[in-house]
Amino acid sequence: MESIIYAVLALGGLALLAGITLAIATRVFHVEGNPIADQVDALLPQTQCGQCGYPGCRPYADAVAGDEAEVNHCVPGGERTMLAIAELMGVEPKEVEEEATQPMVAFVREDECIGCTLCIKACPVDAIIGAPKHYHTVIADHCTGCNLCLEPCPVDCIDMLIKPELLEHWSWPLPNTQRAQQGRERRSQHEAA
Amino acid sequence: MKLLDVWHKLRGASGFDGGVVLDMHKQTAASPIVDCPLPSVLIHPLKQHIGASCKSLVHVGDTVLRGQKIGKSQGYISAPVHAGTSGRVVRIEEHTVPHPSGLGMPCIFIEADGEDRAVAVGPKLHHWSMEEPAVLRERVRLAGITGLGGAGFPTYVKLLKDQRSPIHTVIINGIECEPWLTHDHRMLCEQSDTMVQGLMLLLHMVGAKRGVIAIEDNKPDAIAAMQEAIEAWYAASEHQKALKLSVQALPTRYPQGSEKQLIQAITGHEVPAGKLPMHIGVLCQNVGSTYAIYQAVTHGHALTERVITVSGDALPKPANMRVRLGTPMRFVFAQCGLEVFDDIQIIHGGPMMGERLKNAEAPVVKATTGLLAMQRDVLLAEHQVEEPCIRCGHCSDVCPVRLVPNLMADFSRQGDFEKAEEYQLFDCIECGCCSNVCPSHIPLVHYFRYGKGQLAQIRKEKSFAEASRQRSEQRAGRMEQEKSEKAARRSRVRAQAKPAVTEDKDA
Amino acid sequence: MMIHISPPHQHGGDSIRATMLSVMIALLPATLCAVWLFGWLAVWQIMTCMGVCMLGEWVALRMMARPSRLSDGSAALTGLLLALTLPALVPWWMTVCGSLFAIILGKQLYGGLGYNPFNPALSARVILLISFPLAMTSWLLPAATMPAAVDLYDVTTTLTLFFGGVESLGLTLDGMTAATPLGYIKTDAMQGIAVAASLQAHDYSYFNAFVGNEGGSLGETSALALLIGGILMLARGTIRWHIPVTYIATVAVLAAIFHAVDADRFAPPLFHVLAGGLLLCAFFMATDPVSSPMTVQGHIVFGIGCGLLTWVIRTWGGYPEGAMFAVLLMNCTVPLIDQYCRPRVYGHR
Ligand code: SF4
Ligand code: SF4
Ligand code: SF4
Ligand code: SF4
Repeated sequence: MESIIYAVLALGGLALLAGITLAIATRVFHVEGNPIADQVDALLPQTQCGQCGYPGCRPYADAVAGDEAEVNHCVPGGERTMLAIAELMGVEPKEVEEEATQPMVAFVREDECIGCTLCIKACPVDAIIGAPKHYHTVIADHCTGCNLCLEPCPVDCIDMLIKPELLEHWSWPLPNTQRAQQGRERRSQHEAA
Repeated sequence: MKLLDVWHKLRGASGFDGGVVLDMHKQTAASPIVDCPLPSVLIHPLKQHIGASCKSLVHVGDTVLRGQKIGKSQGYISAPVHAGTSGRVVRIEEHTVPHPSGLGMPCIFIEADGEDRAVAVGPKLHHWSMEEPAVLRERVRLAGITGLGGAGFPTYVKLLKDQRSPIHTVIINGIECEPWLTHDHRMLCEQSDTMVQGLMLLLHMVGAKRGVIAIEDNKPDAIAAMQEAIEAWYAASEHQKALKLSVQALPTRYPQGSEKQLIQAITGHEVPAGKLPMHIGVLCQNVGSTYAIYQAVTHGHALTERVITVSGDALPKPANMRVRLGTPMRFVFAQCGLEVFDDIQIIHGGPMMGERLKNAEAPVVKATTGLLAMQRDVLLAEHQVEEPCIRCGHCSDVCPVRLVPNLMADFSRQGDFEKAEEYQLFDCIECGCCSNVCPSHIPLVHYFRYGKGQLAQIRKEKSFAEASRQRSEQRAGRMEQEKSEKAARRSRVRAQAKPAVTEDKDA
Repeated sequence: MMIHISPPHQHGGDSIRATMLSVMIALLPATLCAVWLFGWLAVWQIMTCMGVCMLGEWVALRMMARPSRLSDGSAALTGLLLALTLPALVPWWMTVCGSLFAIILGKQLYGGLGYNPFNPALSARVILLISFPLAMTSWLLPAATMPAAVDLYDVTTTLTLFFGGVESLGLTLDGMTAATPLGYIKTDAMQGIAVAASLQAHDYSYFNAFVGNEGGSLGETSALALLIGGILMLARGTIRWHIPVTYIATVAVLAAIFHAVDADRFAPPLFHVLAGGLLLCAFFMATDPVSSPMTVQGHIVFGIGCGLLTWVIRTWGGYPEGAMFAVLLMNCTVPLIDQYCRPRVYGHR
């Protein structure tokens, strides 16, 4: 009788211990359930430019997650984004057709602006401020350079300027040695293949 | 881990791990500091420190005095910029600065009127020991002092008192482990009394009791001079025996003068990752900064000049010079007999951590420790070849931070930046020991900079994308709301309109 | 466009060539000793190995359209190392095959210098041993103990031996070869002869083992020459002490413990240290930078592993000598060792 009690106690204790360990483990190694569309969306540059053929990044992410779109349509995202999405989706990388241009920023020629607010309505990221009948301004730090505000402007007073290269934003390129450059070439060949 | 620590102690004979013995080329070790004449135009970049850029306070045509604040600091970690001499502001425009990118930044050009009239940042405080540390600290901030050892961290931030980690030791860094440079060496020899005073001042400001002047053992004259000065001070002042001042000679081994390595050598403790020396109760100040702090407090001088070493294997007359900040490098080199810069490569700082500059047009700034004119072919030949890594491990042997440089470089080269970061890429102090010893001439430090830059860029893009997404979602929400409001309004209007119509019909 | 070049702008002056040269210089005593022991035959072997290795490297790089790396001396060093691990009597075509194995299979196929997971010389040597077990275990007697009929210091005799084999001189292998000490104690042990008795029967002397006057591969017999070379490399900073010291110490300690337990079955530590290719492997093979771990902690693990495996293979394995297998086996573990033996980074817990 006694031995049975001991056995039950020991087994129960062990089970309890294992249960606690498991419970802790689930806490510690908890992974947020992240729907794939969210994960794809997180990889996109959020330029909201529509160059992918969808009205914005989120719709494109939904399409990719639903296997309705290829992974290589995002132009501003370039190769890096394509590779990241391909890896996430577990599909073969595809070449990005259009090269992304230099980073641009919109600029309103303020003396020509008639304050029609049409560009404000067009901007997907609220980067333009201004009241009706007063000239508008682009918040350069918020502008994604998506060009969407150019078209609606009735007096064509918005220019796209190349983002100035600032010393603070400069970063070191790869060394100029043959080996480094070879590595870069081989990598791009590998990725293209 | 304890055992490992003991092991590292045994290994690091000079008090820190790794390190290399370099050819020192200290040709100017015996040349007294001379004054560099005043050029006709001084160029003041609006950012000469780590942190936020300054805002110009002057306009073209304004007249300014030496020591007048012309750039206002913005943000907590920042330091103001002062005019180097009296004169007129002639231009405010982009100009090349000592930076590896070769890019420029807004600079204020001052045409000297030759009178060099000065204005102080505050009254002279000869009896500083009576003053509150906070007052003195504010003075240091107003004087625009940054670390003069090359990194350019605003000094007053380091002097802030933190109740949680009181400072017990102040170290004056007179190591000067970079080859060619000798300005700190000369300062220690020529200004030894001021140095002791400066150390006292620092001890007073942070409330510490122990002061150490650390000097590498290849400068026996500086060690002797400082020892003498400290003895003289002990003899003169009996009432301050509570303070413990000492000179510590350390073995000549690069990078002994790197702040974290020096602290390890002197206190035996490591600065925890992501923390500052103050968190383990240590304040480390460079010789030049100490001098500048002392001048700012006792005389009210803003930081408008510094001592640099002008040297190099292509320079006819090397010298240690006291140079006004903003002096164009071309002018400084001209004083040393160098006018033509064909086949010459200028290095800003020492050869181990200094940057290669495109031309001699940039001005001397607060972070300029030295200017080297080197023969370009000789210098570039070193950088031409890069052979495959033979895994010899020399690089990890000499790394003072105990990293595995070749793997980090491999990951960076392959674009696997996350992996490089996992190997603690960001702990690399870019001392250059690893590149220096690599038999395959792999530009390891360059790969680290590339990797760090790319990681920073990726992060920046990420956060920008995140902010854009939020704005776009907000906008979508707002439009949705507007639409539903509009619809509601329309239906309300219709609801109101309808009865009216029926009434009409009825009537 | 501006070319950006990062500091440091001062280099310590070390180069691959200097490293390789320094190892070759350190191998000089062992090489001279090989010539003293085996006469011109050693010269032919060494020259063939080095020549074929360099040629193979040149052709391989040529075929892959890569820049030539002959001037860095790594191929020459591989050749020299391989030659020193060969028995003096292997025929020329085996030497040639071995050299080609070393360069092409052992090195270039993996991507060339710096990418080979195994020491090229050792891997070639093991391929040869497995492919030609008889030739690779026929140890020529040193010149001093050679029957008078064969003069190893004579050019034509040695050339005939090298190209034509023993038969061309009308001799048999038996008369000219002898087992190595490790070999005979192993065969004797199988017949139940105690170690001491076996050593006595073969006139074993520590002195001969120390200067190298016994059977064995070209460069592995003389402990003295190898020690001189090893110390030279340590003094010049070409290698670090951790691998050789932990390697040899592990073997010695293991041998000492087991010898103390059962002196009849287990050979004494000094015998183990002086015997076979241990010193050659410890100083020159295990320390090969490319195929050994990076960090000091890694070196220690690696050295201990090599020592353990060497002694285990010698004692219980099928082959009398285990040093080369041990080093190759440990080469496989290097990525793992590198992964786990990372020093604690400054300021991290
Ligand atoms: S192309 Fe890229 S950035 Fe533009 S909307 Fe589509 S996913 Fe967004
Ligand atoms: S301002 Fe124009 S270019 Fe910039 S994000 Fe808005 S719509 Fe796009
Ligand atoms: S020093 Fe150079 S060759 Fe040696 S392991 Fe480091 S990177 Fe590789
Ligand atoms: S540059 Fe970085 S990796 Fe290289 S030795 Fe210095 S701290 Fe270590």
